[in-house]
Amino acid sequence: MTGAAPRRTGRLEAIDAGVVFRSGFGGRTAKAALKDATLSIGGDRPTIVAVVGESGSGKTTLTRLLLGFQAPTTGKVAYRGVDLTRMDGAGRRAFRREVQAVFQDPFEVFNPFYRVDHALFTPLKSFRIADDRATALALIERALETVGLRPGETLGRYPHQLSGGQRQRVMIARALLLDPHIILADEPVSMVDASLRSTILQTLLRLKDEAGISLVYVTHDLTTAYQVADSVVVLYAGSVVETGDVEAVIRRPRHPYTRALVDAIPSPDPDVPWDLSATEPTEAGTGLPATGCPFAPRCPRAAVACTAGLPPLAEIDPGRRVRCLFPMEAA
Amino acid sequence: MSAPVIEVAGLSVRYRTAKGPALAVDDVGFALSPGERLGLVGESGSGKSTTVLALMRMIKPPGAIDGRILLEGRDVLALSEEELRRARFARMSLVPQGAMSSLNPVLRIRSQFADLFAAHGERADGHRIAALLARVGLPAGVADRHPHELSGGMKQRVCIALAIALTPAVILADEPTSALDVVVQKQVLATLGRVQQEIGAAIVLIGHDMALMAHFVDRIGVMYAGRLVETGPVKAVFRAPRHPYTRMLIGALPSLTERRAFQGIPGVPPSLTDRPPGCPFQTRCPAAEARCRTEAPPARTVGPGHEAACHFAEAA
Repeated sequence: MTGAAPRRTGRLEAIDAGVVFRSGFGGRTAKAALKDATLSIGGDRPTIVAVVGESGSGKTTLTRLLLGFQAPTTGKVAYRGVDLTRMDGAGRRAFRREVQAVFQDPFEVFNPFYRVDHALFTPLKSFRIADDRATALALIERALETVGLRPGETLGRYPHQLSGGQRQRVMIARALLLDPHIILADEPVSMVDASLRSTILQTLLRLKDEAGISLVYVTHDLTTAYQVADSVVVLYAGSVVETGDVEAVIRRPRHPYTRALVDAIPSPDPDVPWDLSATEPTEAGTGLPATGCPFAPRCPRAAVACTAGLPPLAEIDPGRRVRCLFPMEAA
Repeated sequence: MSAPVIEVAGLSVRYRTAKGPALAVDDVGFALSPGERLGLVGESGSGKSTTVLALMRMIKPPGAIDGRILLEGRDVLALSEEELRRARFARMSLVPQGAMSSLNPVLRIRSQFADLFAAHGERADGHRIAALLARVGLPAGVADRHPHELSGGMKQRVCIALAIALTPAVILADEPTSALDVVVQKQVLATLGRVQQEIGAAIVLIGHDMALMAHFVDRIGVMYAGRLVETGPVKAVFRAPRHPYTRMLIGALPSLTERRAFQGIPGVPPSLTDRPPGCPFQTRCPAAEARCRTEAPPARTVGPGHEAACHFAEAA
């Protein structure tokens, strides 16, 4: 990217968005995949928001909502202030162009019968961005260079001839071609080796710093979230349990689940203590039902009050929200 | 030091492929004392899993194993099929990769234990199964469940219980916690470590998470392109890595203490069918010199029990 970062003002918001999946006869069995999720990305200042959660926490459902692949059953998702489900054709087209996605599996997103060029030329054609092939090629080469790939070594190849890390960067380049305001990256490094992980994360950081693109970084890995994000949204069993500035959340987790998550991550320095013996089996749990707070069955601080209903996501410090009746002390 | 329970020397695994022979494991050697924990780390395709499968003699044609594997003094590669069958799980057990899906989905947990005991001519009574389940932190009622009724962490605990059921001398665990959520992962690892100590077995743990390894194993082995490029006491290796690859791997680890301080390793590992001459890491090594492109570096001793296969290991 050249020159000063262009102003990218698109703002994507989820407001109390929830999804209930129904199954069984007449939809009698209801399963809430996501409850009251609130998140805002983009707007005045480029930021990276990390969405962190384990499998089944609702990460994917939230991603699908934000991309408009799925309509919320409660609340709403809006881009530039307009509800995604009520957008007109032009609005929808702008949304599809300005909000891009990079997915987890860099092996499955490519059609193995086409060269990778196909995945790069197609969006340029669909959005009528380049008038001729030469212009398109110039744009593609610039996008590939932005993500640290040499066009000569990338174009003309079939997906299987590239490594996972290279393929993932081709997908980021593809997203860049559309000049996006926001990129949703769903577990972009979970299938990539450690040696390439940091290269891709650094690419994402550069997109924010140099191109002014805002990112939603969806991951199960709190450590990489800490490395790239400005703020973090912690999900547990379909609920946002804690949000705030990433440094503050990692240093002083206020929700007991976030605390457990931070404690479960070993330092790469073997001399920093990481007590394995203290954590032995707690899967048995507290015996409390998950009728209110979803973490009550596993929470060391849980009380009977926690089973009464989903606690509110309360702002306990400026910019810091915690869904817990008995949050950890700030110290 | 007591006599090693397992001794591996010159272990190689070759696959015949259309593009010529692929050397998946190349001249790997190590020895483990009773109760010792060795961690094998490396990128995908570095030969970690193949090494462990070779130890169990589970490499199928067109793959071929070479070298020597001594399990409690017996040559594993010379055992008859029947002797091998009896040794598996009784003397050396495997917690396979994706162990969670390695349980038979149509059998109750009880039957899976019964099968294991029957295969080794032992009777399985309810008490014995309940005791094994208790040992890995599961209630006795789990015996009557089918795998799909259990959480991932519980299934993984069942696999650990199966692996220790016949008190083997060596446990091989291939990424036993990688499919689990971090909180559960820590709990399962704690259980694996405890039962391994209780039965006094040595363990070879494969993982890609070096930070996790750092806190669990006594010794660590770093694999690259089929070779063990560095081995040593875990703290010594982390404090003073002697192979450039190990140094870069440690530098690539993100932590929760410092932001944006981690580096990538440019380039990709060589193809197993078309390896470069000399050192396998020379194509990506920032310190490679002319000698590295022609001469494969042998393992050099750089400290007590610490070896690195780099021409400049002493200088690092």
